[in-house]
Amino acid sequence: MATRPVAEDLYEAGAVPRLVGGRHRTSGRHVFPFPAGQEGADYDRVLLEPSGKLWSWTIQRFRPKSPPYTGPEAFEPYAVGYVELPGQVIVEGRLVNVAFDALSIGAPFRTTIVHFTEDADGTSVLTYAFEPVEGSGA
Amino acid sequence: MSACIVGIGIHPFGRTDGMTGLDMGVAAARSAMRDAGVDWSQIQFAFGGSDASGNADTMVSRLGLSGIQFINVKNGCATGGSALFAAASSIDSGEYDLGLAVGFDKHPRGAFDPKPEEWGLPSWYGETGLMLTTQFFAMKIRRYMDIHGISVESLGRVAEKSFANGALAEHAWRREPVDLETILNAPMVSDPFTKFMFCSPAEGAVALVLASEAKARSMGVPIIRLSAVTMRTRPPGSFEVFAPALEIEQGGSATRLASAAAFEKAGIGPGDIQVAQLQDTEAGAEIMHMAENGFCADGDQEQWLAEGRTRIGGALPVNTDGGCIACGEPIGASGLRQVYENVVQLRGAGGRRQVPGDPKVAYSHVYGAPGVSAVTILRR
Repeated sequence: MATRPVAEDLYEAGAVPRLVGGRHRTSGRHVFPFPAGQEGADYDRVLLEPSGKLWSWTIQRFRPKSPPYTGPEAFEPYAVGYVELPGQVIVEGRLVNVAFDALSIGAPFRTTIVHFTEDADGTSVLTYAFEPVEGSGA
Repeated sequence: MSACIVGIGIHPFGRTDGMTGLDMGVAAARSAMRDAGVDWSQIQFAFGGSDASGNADTMVSRLGLSGIQFINVKNGCATGGSALFAAASSIDSGEYDLGLAVGFDKHPRGAFDPKPEEWGLPSWYGETGLMLTTQFFAMKIRRYMDIHGISVESLGRVAEKSFANGALAEHAWRREPVDLETILNAPMVSDPFTKFMFCSPAEGAVALVLASEAKARSMGVPIIRLSAVTMRTRPPGSFEVFAPALEIEQGGSATRLASAAAFEKAGIGPGDIQVAQLQDTEAGAEIMHMAENGFCADGDQEQWLAEGRTRIGGALPVNTDGGCIACGEPIGASGLRQVYENVVQLRGAGGRRQVPGDPKVAYSHVYGAPGVSAVTILRR
């Protein structure tokens, strides 16, 4: 099946997927995503740490309005969280492959790439998410 | 010398079919002028705004083409506070001595549906279902509860108080009390918040007539002084709505900056406040804002709420008209509703929701995307 990322240069896929962030040239501060347009000139492109600890979380229980949401019409609640990538930045994303009642702050999570929705022509749209690190008990 | 609020007007919050946001703004303006005993021909200037219901200055075609200065303000959740700041500054500067601040809005049903590009965010952030204010508030309180030992029951107690107070406020939208058990057992919207713990986008309008102190005295109306009006944006390391990423080193907040500046300007501290209206987009926000505005230490809210200290009749009544949870949130009007309610309380006109003990100092606070806050302190 054909696939495409939901946005260009959001992540680098592979055996260990990593998000594309920016490091401010003077302050060294990390940001995600890499800033678009003119603002990007102040940043170096960096690959973020692949895993970290869950910083906070919630469950999205209703279908967000479209636009801007482009997910499938049939709605299933999904988990959302912030994951602290050590020494860099805390990133928001979907939490996958985890039971809602198993979510707890501090649990180890890692970056993964998941199917998000389908284009009209059947192309699978991919995005990043975070999943529990196996054996962590999460 | 400080500007005084000499007239207040409100169009009830909630849903009013057949009226536009601007219609409600006009109704609130007329009501405020009636309250002050002035007419439009005497008003020298106005600041006004809405987030989603058009340009405030177009109301001159309804109020009268008197040719006055009328400046539109658009500043998210701080729209009302910013209009009030500008109006008070215009009087403090000596430029004018009688003017109007007005805010109104009319939002469609359901959660807000912000457009990523209007907030400097990439489109994928909205497309993938991450750009929701409800998620932000839920994740902010989840972490706060974890660190500071706040229980789910405390979230419920805030909402229970909101509905109890709203039942006593003529301008509120939700006028029925809801018991704690019902609140806690209602369907989850965004964990840990059930549907009764969130406010809803709504409709409504508020207008305030401001005058110099000398002018107010000549009018023979009750004098409520604006001791401080401040608006601030976010500092580094704050945790704000619509943030794809956060800094690990967490710092202050727009609320802490606006609050500290207001107390400094008024020359008083949190212990001097006798009634407070705090941004309660949901039950968690009221809890966190109690600490961010300096009224208690982080974590003390658990005991405050268990003891009912923020109820009408408690040590520091908070959101005496039910706040956003009972009134709903028309963005442009919400901050001015808080000031309206404080004027009602300082006049002793609160009826069944009147704070006892003849309060003389009142505080209001709004917060919103992308990290803005406005605070006012009123004194009688």
